[in-house]
Amino acid sequence: MHFVVCAKQIPDPETPPSAFKIDAATNKVIPAQGFQPVLSQFDGIAAEAALRIKESAGDDTKITVLSMGAESAQAAIKQVLAMGADEGVLLQDPAFDGGDSYTTARVLAAAITKLGDVDAVFCGRQAADWDMGQVGLLIAEALGWPAAILAKDVKIADGTMTTTRVLADGFETVAQPLPAVVTVSNEFGEPRYPKLQQIMQAARKTVTTQTHDDLGLDPSEVGAAGSRLKLERLFIPESGGQVELIEGDTPAEQARNLVARLQADKVL
Amino acid sequence: MARNILVVAELVEGALSPTTAELIGQGTRLADGGSVAVTLLGSGAGGAGSAAFEAGADRVFSGDDAGYDQYNSDQWIAAVTAAAEQHTPEAIFVAQSTVGRDLGPRLAARLNTAVAMDCVNVADDGGALKATRPCYGGNAQATYGFATSPAIATIRAKSFDPIEPRAGASGETVALPALADSRTTIVGRELAEAAGLQITEAPIVVSGGRGLGGPEGFELVEALAAAFGSNRAAVGASRAACDLGWYPVSQQVGLTGKVVTPDLYVAIAISGASQHMAGCSGSKMIIAINRDPEANIFQNAKYGIVGDYKAVLPPLIEAVKAAG
Repeated sequence: MHFVVCAKQIPDPETPPSAFKIDAATNKVIPAQGFQPVLSQFDGIAAEAALRIKESAGDDTKITVLSMGAESAQAAIKQVLAMGADEGVLLQDPAFDGGDSYTTARVLAAAITKLGDVDAVFCGRQAADWDMGQVGLLIAEALGWPAAILAKDVKIADGTMTTTRVLADGFETVAQPLPAVVTVSNEFGEPRYPKLQQIMQAARKTVTTQTHDDLGLDPSEVGAAGSRLKLERLFIPESGGQVELIEGDTPAEQARNLVARLQADKVL
Repeated sequence: MARNILVVAELVEGALSPTTAELIGQGTRLADGGSVAVTLLGSGAGGAGSAAFEAGADRVFSGDDAGYDQYNSDQWIAAVTAAAEQHTPEAIFVAQSTVGRDLGPRLAARLNTAVAMDCVNVADDGGALKATRPCYGGNAQATYGFATSPAIATIRAKSFDPIEPRAGASGETVALPALADSRTTIVGRELAEAAGLQITEAPIVVSGGRGLGGPEGFELVEALAAAFGSNRAAVGASRAACDLGWYPVSQQVGLTGKVVTPDLYVAIAISGASQHMAGCSGSKMIIAINRDPEANIFQNAKYGIVGDYKAVLPPLIEAVKAAG
């Protein structure tokens, strides 16, 4: 079988809120000092899902990792290759910049079509920067494939993908024919941490670069030119006022003082 | 500037979900003279029409078929696109729910347009619809315009108010085509026992985080909720605590868990990372108990106690009981 994993490199979501700053002139996040970009955690979990299926199938399933972006996308690819993927495709072209979920999915779907023999695509449930949660589904729609989102478990056998997915109030198991797309959620489990030897091996794996020409896409269909959702303003919302730290010589006194405040505020 | 609005309703035992009424409400405010239609899919759709009209719709597209009760993409998409073709809306609203998370992007693809997900506002800005939504784990918000039509938005619960119900209102009912085929087979469902008060409905939510140090920490968290009253307070947990298996995923509060908007949110041993705040920042009042005076939770709380929850909670439980 041939699986594709879609990966994205993003500003580290562990960046403390106090270090999170926006440049209002460009509507971009200012990279925080000392915090390196990381692989979006749900993409790492998607790679983990693909790797576990490959391992339990015990056959020569191939995993290709795709990433669209500038230089930073290379790091995302390296990370997933180090986890155990076989090959990488870097989708790099100035024409791809400034797009939205639709144009991102367009590019990824074109790259998947170009690979030709893909059985399943694994994406994170949402990129942990924009949190949109659309690209996986939009790839499925572009390819005309079924898709299951928010997976906490995925099995592939005999031409069928069986996914247990997270609902608001429980779980649901669905079966869909391959080829199919799955988006994976944190309930799936932790991604493996590559060992040094695997990181070094990854450097020897093949990574090809593709542009809009290679994918047969017109520049007007991708990037800022092709985008449908136009970002007008990125801002930090006003947060509430100052916290009042409750005083007291003992925790018991603090507790009583807190309750007194809540009664005065008519919350209790 | 009149615009037609289409709302994709969700039915809970034949009644409109609360979020559905909120979306219809905002639809009436943005329609500006246009027509507000609602798709009703599932058992009881026929009976839900009057509730939709009372909530502000003037047209319903009805698919009264039990086949819609368990959301299945191919079937819901076929029904909603059929309604959209007839209604020609300028905007389509769906809740940011199990349904909306799947339906939103597919609908955008089928209608050759865009969707903004998990919106907290959709407003008219000089004649154009703009959607605002949280991003960067809740650290920021982004406002978008749409280059295509219809503008589709999946909308967070409690972003809008429903209108005052229009008692006795009526409107047009259009039957949808029969249930379509689907490539997806639903093999099974395992729903969490809806025991007691849901965290999304509780006036008070008491949550525990990684700082509890272990699952037994939740005994004190539960005791505090019980002290407030089990008919008033429910227990939540941070993603870290749920990922560690200390508390059920159904109680997870946060960006990838549930968004809660209680009158009072008590965060115990929770650092207050933005992804957690994304789930509780809509609370009317937040109180935090944390050993770390630098914890981000204190940036978002009205009252805080810097201290070890093991020392603070027992007397707090007694004090709350005494007050009640």
